[in-house]
Amino acid sequence: MTDSAFVVVRPGALTTVQDLGRGGHAHLGVPRSGALDQPAHRLANRLVGNAEGAATLETTLTGCAVRLRRAATVAVTGAPCPVTVDGRPAAWGAAVRVPAGALLEAGAAAHGVRSYMAFDGGVEAEPVLGSRATDVLSGLGPAPLVDGAVLRLGTPHGPVPGVDGVPHRGVAPELVLPVVLGPRDDWFTPAGLRTLATGDFRVSAASNRIGLRTEGPSLERALDGELASEGMALGALQVPPDGRPVLFLADHPTTGGYPVVGVVPEAYLAAAAQAVPGTPVRFTPLGRASWGPPAGRNATG
Amino acid sequence: MTMRTLPVGEHGLLVELESGEAAEALHAELLRRAAARLLPAVREIVPAARTVFLDGLADPGRLAAELPGWRIPPLDRGDSEIVEVPVRYDGPDLAEVARRWGVPPEEAVRIHSGTEFRVAFCGFAPGFGYLTGLPERFHMPRRATPRTRVPVGSVGLAGAYTGVYPRASPGGWQLIGTTDAVLWDSAREPAALFTPGTRVRFIPVWDTADTTPDSTTPEQAASEGAAP
Repeated sequence: MTDSAFVVVRPGALTTVQDLGRGGHAHLGVPRSGALDQPAHRLANRLVGNAEGAATLETTLTGCAVRLRRAATVAVTGAPCPVTVDGRPAAWGAAVRVPAGALLEAGAAAHGVRSYMAFDGGVEAEPVLGSRATDVLSGLGPAPLVDGAVLRLGTPHGPVPGVDGVPHRGVAPELVLPVVLGPRDDWFTPAGLRTLATGDFRVSAASNRIGLRTEGPSLERALDGELASEGMALGALQVPPDGRPVLFLADHPTTGGYPVVGVVPEAYLAAAAQAVPGTPVRFTPLGRASWGPPAGRNATG
Repeated sequence: MTMRTLPVGEHGLLVELESGEAAEALHAELLRRAAARLLPAVREIVPAARTVFLDGLADPGRLAAELPGWRIPPLDRGDSEIVEVPVRYDGPDLAEVARRWGVPPEEAVRIHSGTEFRVAFCGFAPGFGYLTGLPERFHMPRRATPRTRVPVGSVGLAGAYTGVYPRASPGGWQLIGTTDAVLWDSAREPAALFTPGTRVRFIPVWDTADTTPDSTTPEQAASEGAAP
């Protein structure tokens, strides 16, 4: 019971290994992947003295439980949830010392969707293209946690910083997402763009690590048909034929054939990743990027 | 060269060109400039059917303003190494493809294996390349009903493209053959057999039990699990 590892006792609805992802390989069809709530992932690592790129566990709604085979300093951040060590309450959002053999549990999220569990030394897994992240779209990276799985832990190297705890940034009653219009806003009618700005959307239960799906009004199209496949950005608001925008998250496909009406800046994606199904969503179009030509103008060289 | 530059969020730039060929040429030029350190820092350069998407630029507007002034040489098919992919032309849709081309199946095999392909872009799954090279008269519609499971290594046609499934997945491409080539291996360097710009040739091979390409009927191939 002293090897540097932990055993999965309760995997929860979906618990995956995540880090900062494998950006830079989209041209091979490889999604970026990585923690959906990056600030929470980075914070959990900082609390236990890890580099921010160390791998953590990302839970989904119902938390997870693991039995540690070595003593470890751990921290749970992201969606607030009860944290227990051998059944005794421990702090959320703070470094917690867990003895070897103890059961560490993150319970169901009180608010939000995804909690992050960091261990000093980080979760070890075979890196794929430089990342240990589980990509649910392409299957790259370690498999999602299952009952009885054994995951290795790395060697702690930094001192644990003396931080007592961190404030939770709170939960907004609605998800407000700024949208930089384009590249394909000209595929929608003015009425369709007004629907984007004024419509009452909600987070759909069909959302996952690939995308946040919305329920609500349909965006009216000015152009029919499909686009030839083109590169897709993280944060892209892609509009499939049913007219309801899908916000692309970390495991999104690298190319797609449905028009992207706009892009949500990366800084707002963590909040999107924590919005539970049913949360009201309001899009606030910011217009096009300052340099962008008005829709439809051709630059000829 | 006519191009249209479109903003993608705060740090992205989508360059739309008049043809797939022009997109490949721009992509090749972007890689040349990146290799020569003449391109600003960028996280992703993603070619696709008629576009090249650049993401992670500090100032996409500046690059968008410069691009129309670039001299972009036409695509150089060049003498880079050709990846040879052995294929058993035993796909369940080979007969249908041959019928649409108006040739016997063995001639369809000769046409396909006699073509030099080029990976125009990747997408759909890690290691899945969209290969161009077949003349327009040989372009194929997708199947009306996609298969729920296409076996790994299946070689298929759709639109202007040939592709090889890097793993089993649902798919609507017309399947003409099967390869044992490993399209994607995370433990291999490089992991992807096909990257944008790779030249590819398909080499017909036959199982030792078979001696001719038409000795495997579509029914036999379908019984291996490829049927929708």
